[in-house]
Order: sequence, then structure tokens, then C-alpha cells
Amino acid sequence: MAQVVVVTSGKGGVGKTTSSAAFATGLAQRGKKTVVIDFDVGLRNLDLIMGVERRVVFDIVNVISGEARLNQALIRDKRVDTLSILPASQTRDKDALTKEGVQKIIEELSAEFDYILCDSPAGIEKGALLALYFADQAIVVTNPEVSSVRDSDRILGVLQSRSKRAEEKKDPVKEHLLVTRFDPARVERGEMLKLEDIQEILSIPLLGVIPESESVLKASNTGTPVIMDSESAAGQAYADAVARFLGEEKPHRFLEPEKKGLFKRLFGGRAA
Amino acid sequence: MSWIDFFRGKRKEESSASAAKERLQIVLAHERIGRTREDFLPKLQQELVAVVARYVAIDPGKVNVNLDRGGDMSTLAIEIELPAPAAMRMAANAR
Repeated sequence: MAQVVVVTSGKGGVGKTTSSAAFATGLAQRGKKTVVIDFDVGLRNLDLIMGVERRVVFDIVNVISGEARLNQALIRDKRVDTLSILPASQTRDKDALTKEGVQKIIEELSAEFDYILCDSPAGIEKGALLALYFADQAIVVTNPEVSSVRDSDRILGVLQSRSKRAEEKKDPVKEHLLVTRFDPARVERGEMLKLEDIQEILSIPLLGVIPESESVLKASNTGTPVIMDSESAAGQAYADAVARFLGEEKPHRFLEPEKKGLFKRLFGGRAA
Repeated sequence: MSWIDFFRGKRKEESSASAAKERLQIVLAHERIGRTREDFLPKLQQELVAVVARYVAIDPGKVNVNLDRGGDMSTLAIEIELPAPAAMRMAANAR
């Protein structure tokens, strides 16, 4: 049986798709058979971040409506052979997704894959509810910022009341906190919520901290999941988070401001 | 704090991050309670107006409900505008 993992946040623009792409690629790089599903019907973007936008023929809505078989819609990644992508539809709206349709797809994928990652759309409407409904685990992506923390708290409430596990009174969905766009220098200046404060408020286990990094935009420009940029702080932080997700002990890194030399202090230069 | 502030002797102001934490703690404490219970304010307002209207002829449009959520204590202020005595007598005679 595959583990179903939802990547969610409530708020938009915090890094759900970036994190989904990085996590799916990281799990696949470690030999886990992984599929990542884009649930953002109407606003598909995972295909771009994964660099497969030119290979999309069929999508999740085609599969649900019986216009295509699941195997026809799955895109096999050319870089990591244990990784597949199921794109969202760009033309239909969210009503095209049904609980029964999604259930059938997840059951079919379960037979073939170890991990099924569900990249949730923002909000708490149908698409987001279906993305989290079948989850065994949830990665809650949060920025160190008031509206993001509040929405994460809200989505945790939804996971605890409206997921399949909650409805059937099974063991609860296992929750993980992933803090993204973290800027240690601003935290030090008292301009950004501290990591401990976010943890204290949301009180779920910390999976990883991804530092604010220019490499994330660069990676999305070229359609390469940022975890493949093993030189960058963000790439390394995602790799650590994947290792922790698989049960390894890894100390958290990139929590302190980079010590700048005199040259950098005078002439600038930012984190990679 | 830049170096020039150091010479000016400017004191470091309260960090905005701690304000963020405090505001979040208060709002979430209230929202977490609200999750298990439905919002009672609209119903409370309706019932209060009905009770007051039994004794005094009031204009339902002139009722203000204000809520201030705090950390240790919240206040609920209900302001009902009562009509002038003359208007009240007229309303009573009309019944």
C-alpha cells in the first residue's frame, strides 16, 4: 500500500508546488516509486515546475471522466526513472473532480507506487478538500508570516475534522511542518517570526526549514525541481527534509544568518 | 539598527516579530474555539433584540453589536438605541 501525502497550506504562494516538486523528486532519487498529482484544476503549474509542460497530453480530469486511461495520463520523469507526474486539467473547473473519481485513481496508483504526493490548491474549497481527503500524512507548508501561520492552523483543523481518517475515526493524519522562505537575518533583526514561535503556535513536529533563496526562482525558470540543485541552500534543505521524512536523523541547517566577510558586507551579495 | 542610530543613542524599538506572535496567539485561541462551535453572535443579537422589543418599541436597525477579542478577557458591547418617550407612548397607544 502506498502512503498518500498531501502538501497543503491554506494560503497561496507559500511554496506548495515548489515543495511538492522537490519532495517528489527527493523521494524518487532515494529509490522510492513516487507519483505527484496536481490537484489545482484550472490553474495547473506543477507541470511547469517539474519541466514537463510540453509532454502533457491527458490530465486527471480526462482520467476521471473516462476519456483516458491512468497510464496514458502519467508522465514519466526523464531525470529520475522512479518518478511520475499526473497533471491537472487547465481547461476544466474544480467541479470536474469527484471523490469517487479521485479514490479510484489513488487505489490504482497504490498498487504501483510507494508514495502518492498530492499537491493541493490554495484555499479550503473542493480541490483542496479532495487533495487532503485520502491523506495518511500531511506536509503543511508555512511562511514565517501572520496570514500564512493562521491559514496553516485552519488547514490543520480541516485535516483533523474532514479527512477520510477523521471521518472514519482512524489514526489521525500524521502532520509535518515545513517552514519555507525563512530568512535568518530578518529573524535576528526581530522582523520575522522565530522558528520556535511558529512551532509553539502550530505545535506540530518540524520536518524542515527552507531558507529564502534565489535558487528557487532560478530552478522554476528552467523547470528543474530545486532539490536537484545540490549546491544551493534550499536544495540541501529539501534533501535534509526528505531524509527526515524517511526517518533519518538530520540536524536543521541554515537557521543562522550567513556570516559575511568584510568584502561581502561592503559590496553586497546574497544567499545562493 | 544601523551604526548611525548607535551614535544617536536611539533605543531599539519593540520588535515587530513579537507583535506578530502575540496577535497570532490571541486570534488563533479564539478561532480554535469557534471551530467546534458555530458562530453564536448573529443569533444572540436576534434574541436580544426580540427580548428588548417586548418591552420597548425599538428600531431593529439601530442595534450595534461590538466584540473586542482579547487574550485574557473579551468584551461584548450591545448598544440599542431607545426611541424618545413621545414616540414610545404613541407606539403603546397604537397597540
